[in-house]
Amino acid sequence: MGTGTGIGRVRGLGSARHGAHHWLAQRYTAIGNLLLVLWLLFSLIALPGLDYESVTHWIANPLVAVPLMLMLVSIFWHLRLGMQVMLEDYVHDKGLAFLSMLLLNFYAIGGAAAGIFAVAKIAFMGAAS
Amino acid sequence: MARTNSRPLSPHLTIWKWGPAMAVSIMHRVTGNGLATAGALGLVWWLMAAASGPEAYAAFVKCATSPIGYLVMAGLSWFFFQHLFSGLRHFVLDMGAGYELKNNKVWSILTFVLSTLATVAFWAAICMGKF
Repeated sequence: MGTGTGIGRVRGLGSARHGAHHWLAQRYTAIGNLLLVLWLLFSLIALPGLDYESVTHWIANPLVAVPLMLMLVSIFWHLRLGMQVMLEDYVHDKGLAFLSMLLLNFYAIGGAAAGIFAVAKIAFMGAAS
Repeated sequence: MARTNSRPLSPHLTIWKWGPAMAVSIMHRVTGNGLATAGALGLVWWLMAAASGPEAYAAFVKCATSPIGYLVMAGLSWFFFQHLFSGLRHFVLDMGAGYELKNNKVWSILTFVLSTLATVAFWAAICMGKF
């Protein structure tokens, strides 16, 4: 970061024009969650039962599997942004802050991947016997 | 962040008189992080169990329909609706509306009322259809 002088620190560090990205993505995914999780809850109410056969048969429908995958992306993206803000507020130690952000990224991407894989397996292979 | 111990910090939570706007803001963070951890893990567990087969699904259902399981699901459903209505309030505030003291207080209280009503309605709909 420059040569340690005042001008050295300032030079080239103007707006990267990404300042609002986090804020906007938080809101885009909030709308995604609003629509898709409400859809999930209404679907759970409408299902004939929440037993294994009813649920896997429902998930295997492409018009269910695709929104479910989109919902998982939206949820885990949104929680990744939200928990980042929480951790930035409460974790002050630089090393711990780095570690917590690393773990948060692993959790968000790993969780979304696990959920999407589960939906894809049911959709492509049908219910396991 | 490196800071000296002598630097004054805002005492925030410990001294302010509680008000609806403060409560709804704090609960937005609490519900959001609760959903982000317990809620998201529960959702993935449910999907993974369904993908793994009838035995894994039965194990999930056994946990989810235990007394503690119902308590967690009821809590998470209220957390979801509270975060939803509180989030809708944020959209209104983002547009620059709803900052008048009286309006702000009314809508803060309403998020709690609406989330509780929605939770009751959701479980009533589930129970009527499934049992």
